[in-house]
Amino acid sequence: MAATSAVLQSEWTKIRSVRSTVWTLALAFLVTLALGAIICAVFNSQWSSMSDSDKATFDPTNTSFFGMTLGQLALIVFGVLVISSEYSTGMIRTSLAAVPQRGHFYASKVLVAGLLALVVGMVTSFLTFFLGQALLGSHHASIGDPGVFRAVFGAGLYMTLIVLFCVGTAAMLRSPMLGLGILMPFFFLVSPILTAVPKVKSVARYFPDQAGQKIMQVVPDSDSHTSYGPWGGIGIMAIWVAVVLIGGYAVLKRRDA
Amino acid sequence: MIELQGLTKRYGDKTAVDHLTFTVRPGVVTGFLGPNGAGKSTTMRMLLGLDNPTSGDVRIDGKHYAQLSEPLKYIGALLDAKAIHGGRTAYNHLLCMAQSNRIPRHRVDEVLETVGLSAVAKKRSKGFSLGMGQRLGIAGALLGDPEILMFDEPVNGLDPEGIHWIRNLMKGLAAQGRTVFVSSHLMSEMALTADHLIVIGRGRLMADTSMSDFIEKNSRSFVRLRTPQQERFKDVMSRAGHTVVETGDGAFEIADSDAAALGELAAQHQLVLHELSPQRASLEEAFMQLTAESVEYHAGGQMGSAPAGGPGAPVPAGMGAPGAPAAPSPYGASPYGPSPYTPGQGAPQGQPGWQGQGAQGWPQQPGQGGQAGAPPAPPAPPAGQEWGAQWRDNSKKKGR
Repeated sequence: MAATSAVLQSEWTKIRSVRSTVWTLALAFLVTLALGAIICAVFNSQWSSMSDSDKATFDPTNTSFFGMTLGQLALIVFGVLVISSEYSTGMIRTSLAAVPQRGHFYASKVLVAGLLALVVGMVTSFLTFFLGQALLGSHHASIGDPGVFRAVFGAGLYMTLIVLFCVGTAAMLRSPMLGLGILMPFFFLVSPILTAVPKVKSVARYFPDQAGQKIMQVVPDSDSHTSYGPWGGIGIMAIWVAVVLIGGYAVLKRRDA
Repeated sequence: MIELQGLTKRYGDKTAVDHLTFTVRPGVVTGFLGPNGAGKSTTMRMLLGLDNPTSGDVRIDGKHYAQLSEPLKYIGALLDAKAIHGGRTAYNHLLCMAQSNRIPRHRVDEVLETVGLSAVAKKRSKGFSLGMGQRLGIAGALLGDPEILMFDEPVNGLDPEGIHWIRNLMKGLAAQGRTVFVSSHLMSEMALTADHLIVIGRGRLMADTSMSDFIEKNSRSFVRLRTPQQERFKDVMSRAGHTVVETGDGAFEIADSDAAALGELAAQHQLVLHELSPQRASLEEAFMQLTAESVEYHAGGQMGSAPAGGPGAPVPAGMGAPGAPAAPSPYGASPYGPSPYTPGQGAPQGQPGWQGQGAQGWPQQPGQGGQAGAPPAPPAPPAGQEWGAQWRDNSKKKGR
């Protein structure tokens, strides 16, 4: 067996030495931060015209994470490209010739991508929260309020899990076109739309993104359900991630490179 | 040392590699030759554990590739030149390979220097020409200073200077006692670099021979003649004991003869000659004849008149070759009728090899089978079919 630290180091060199890593993660950070900030500023200036019920259910923490819907698209691109670019470029043959223990190679790649996503996710979620709250003026939440720290930390976890979900899916699909073509519309359109459809939504709320997003809510919204709590939601998402990562491993292990 | 034992790869009902058994030895350059689609790259991928064999076994120094820890220190491989992420710089590409196998960082600079890419080390490889990509791939193969090197079509895309460089590099590596295994579809290239030759066609082993043997057996010399007095010419030559072969374009070929002697013989009988030229068949031609029936993608069927068979046929098709007496049963229905030639006779049983094949296979050989005077000779180049049949005979005898 090649040494674990050596393979991790190699995967780190790989991930840091391509441009797509920098621009996808930078984009995810900027979009999430900027969009959250704009929405917070808008709410602050429009506060007087909001209805009383809206004011009652206003969730300052979750509002600052509004930009996540778009920001996660850049994370999807990152997660998909981390693994599928190996296939599209032919690099996979060089990689597996260097590390023929495929499980080892795969675990290292997943770990490096996951850790990087965790760092970027946490930085993004905390900065987004603090900037958003600053712009909300007197309507802001404080990190010490009940459930707020959990929501902000959870937002970072959510971003990490989205990336890992995409890594696993892309490992199964082995093609960037296929991976992006399926995951982008799913997370941007299919999942949010299905969650709004009556009856279907009782199933759709178990989709990875819908379940995971629960952790970012501090104040329950109007049509909130109690089938799972914030940690239950992120747990459901983690199960999805584990399943696709195992699926990705099975494909890598079995198929010819 | 690379050992293949009955290595087989099937994709559905298509057999890409069919029971390959051979050994690649250290200290020499072993050429791995076959037409496009013969299964060379598939074989090499199985060697590196990238593709799983359907059956059979391939070992490197007695181990499976996946059992090697830090394999780049054992075996360096150049597969297709662009097994590289184009967005990564040449330096970083080599660095990530080096790190995974705990190869010191200074080796990256060294191999970049060796292949002449130091100046573009910090450039992204997507801007590289095919030749530069090839050099980067070679740098990756050399990175771990391995005892075994494997190159798949290394001269592809290289300019003449680059080709010259890679030839010398391979010879140099072999001279240091390393195992060098290089594939090509160009016989002429192999003739210049390889010491040992392994020829495959349609995934089957067709020859496993030393280069010098191959050249000796296949540098067929013959004399080409043209005359307006064709019938008299044939009589005269036959009476003198020469086997005359018509080439189909109105010329004649007489194998293993002296042009001067033939000219004098013609003069004695007052024959008019329009052409009298000593010829030597190229190795390329010998290779094409050897693999004629196994070529996967014909340009138009000019490679001999025998029909190509389906890839899954248990015995290669193209059975129309002369050779009925020596090889009965499946070849029985020869369109040329019984032939006095006996290809495969005297060929060693079992592993196909060039050793001992002698020249009996050549139809031009005078005295073969005791007949003189060209018997019903096929109009197309008979040698091609003769050779093809010879190897098919062998593969049949191997019990496939």
